[in-house]
Amino acid sequence: MSLLRRYLPVILLAAVVVIVQILLSATKLDYFLTQLTMSAYYTLVTLGLCLLMGYAGQVSLGHAGFFAIGAYTTAVLSTAGAGLLRFAPWLSIPTAVVLTALVALVIGMPVLRLRGHYLAMATLAFGFIVSRVILGTSLFGQADGISDIPAIRLFAGLVISGKRTLRVQNYYIAWTLVTIGLFLAINLVGSRVGRALRAINGNEEAAAAMGVNVSRYKLAVFVTSAVYASVGGAFLAHYNGGIGPSEAGVMKSVRYVALVAAGGMGSPWGTVAVSALLTFLSLRGAFGLFDDAVFGALLVAIMLFAPNGLFGLLPGLRRGGPRRAGRPR
Amino acid sequence: MGAQLLQYLFSGVTTGSIYAIVGIGFTIIYNSTGIINFAQGEFLMLGGMISVSLAHVLPLAAAVAAAVVITGLIGVLLQLVFISWLRSPSVLRMIIITIGLSILIREAALHVWNEKVRALPFWTGDETSSLAVLGARISPQVLWVLGVCGLMVAALSLFFRSTLTGRAMRACASNANAARLCGIRTSLLVTLSFFIAAAMGALAGCVISPLTQTQYDMGTSLAIKGFTCAVLGGLGNVTAAVAAGLLIGVLESASISILPLAYKDVVSLAIMLAILFFRPEGLFGGRPASLLGTRRA
Repeated sequence: MSLLRRYLPVILLAAVVVIVQILLSATKLDYFLTQLTMSAYYTLVTLGLCLLMGYAGQVSLGHAGFFAIGAYTTAVLSTAGAGLLRFAPWLSIPTAVVLTALVALVIGMPVLRLRGHYLAMATLAFGFIVSRVILGTSLFGQADGISDIPAIRLFAGLVISGKRTLRVQNYYIAWTLVTIGLFLAINLVGSRVGRALRAINGNEEAAAAMGVNVSRYKLAVFVTSAVYASVGGAFLAHYNGGIGPSEAGVMKSVRYVALVAAGGMGSPWGTVAVSALLTFLSLRGAFGLFDDAVFGALLVAIMLFAPNGLFGLLPGLRRGGPRRAGRPR
Repeated sequence: MGAQLLQYLFSGVTTGSIYAIVGIGFTIIYNSTGIINFAQGEFLMLGGMISVSLAHVLPLAAAVAAAVVITGLIGVLLQLVFISWLRSPSVLRMIIITIGLSILIREAALHVWNEKVRALPFWTGDETSSLAVLGARISPQVLWVLGVCGLMVAALSLFFRSTLTGRAMRACASNANAARLCGIRTSLLVTLSFFIAAAMGALAGCVISPLTQTQYDMGTSLAIKGFTCAVLGGLGNVTAAVAAGLLIGVLESASISILPLAYKDVVSLAIMLAILFFRPEGLFGGRPASLLGTRRA
């Protein structure tokens, strides 16, 4: 496979990102950029989840928990921790990400020994615990969440902030992160690790027999996907200037799963495309009162009629070989 | 102090018996299909909501009976429309489908009713009436909950042990192919298992409604806790699921005395995670006589 063909999704994504910005600015619709920026951060979560679900075949119904841990850690460090990180406010995002990775490591070690229903229920319970702890702890603002999270100054004059004048800049920061995330994901998937993950997905015992260290690979991809989620959460917290408990809710986790499923389960670029579009529409309020219902219906419909994702419905795009989601259990 | 302890015990046993019913619902569907139905908690919500609405026009008993039947039929409908025609779907696919269904049911309930908390009237007396039991004061509704749940479990045991249909279901659970070869119509029994699980859930949802109220989004936490009971009981043993339910209920209610109320759910879920990590075969899994036949966990 030539390099160009391999990285085509990354190049395409970068091109689309630039074209969309130019078009929106030219047509004076640049207020759309705000929701597009937010949807980029949610897309990071689904991209990470795509690695976990699509490649390693491990379901997680608790990824909103990792998103929330990332977001709330940086929020607390940069608001409540008076003087704690004032000397270097940019440190709060790395701290949040590292903390999330540690939590994922500790949770992942026992959880990933479970399979199927047990894994799903355990991750669901993890997400539920995170959301209940947030709702019950005054440090996290309980039901009100945390507001007035300060903007963060990055290098070279870049600022993570929801200010209108910084809209274009933040759009590019967010989508650069997604592009990097996609690049890394594609690299991972094409590497030895990716092959090992696919082997695990196919049959854990067979993979182990072939010398794949199943538990270590599963743990590694679990932590990686948690890191994706926490980066999304931490940046979004500073971009929005606030974070609320609904971000940790079970419904959010289910929504991420729905987006990955709709993107084709094992397709990073499909996940990015579907997730960016649907999250953007949802943030614009296109689904109105039926927002959550749309994602529930999407989940059921995709799994019933198009287990290969929305793009699997287009005959030209379907890859050869056996159907991905129809694998034996 | 003793009376205080008893008070916690009663409230723990009350919610615990509801968890047990949810857990049994999981077990019934799992045994007939191999599916964990993540929408199990939604049946309780539906039962409560439908009966509250019907109670405005019907006498209480009729409203509850109608709610149970309607919810049972909704369970049948779910099975027929979404599950019956899938041929050996992957576990991941089934998890996602039932999760999606639970969201759809919840959202439908939000639009049919609204986000307000509702409650059935107390089945006897009202919220102020109470009975003195060994120095603790309990609402008569507690007795209703315990009685109804106990009856359900007893009836279910009888059904599985002594009726032909029940025995056929057990045969199905232990080996569906062999059961089919013996002339048992397994597809019919799968549908029946959805009806039983949904109707039982609905009845539990009705009887607990006066005490804990009914809200459109109550299903998820109930489902997780019910699943905990089912797992603790080794996914197949009804009696063990009941014991597990009572245990979780009591621990949860005891946690309120030392931890803030908001952490109530955290405690029971942490217990579940610990169980999954250390004893995934269930607390009573080693027991040979499981009521529903062999476990397939």
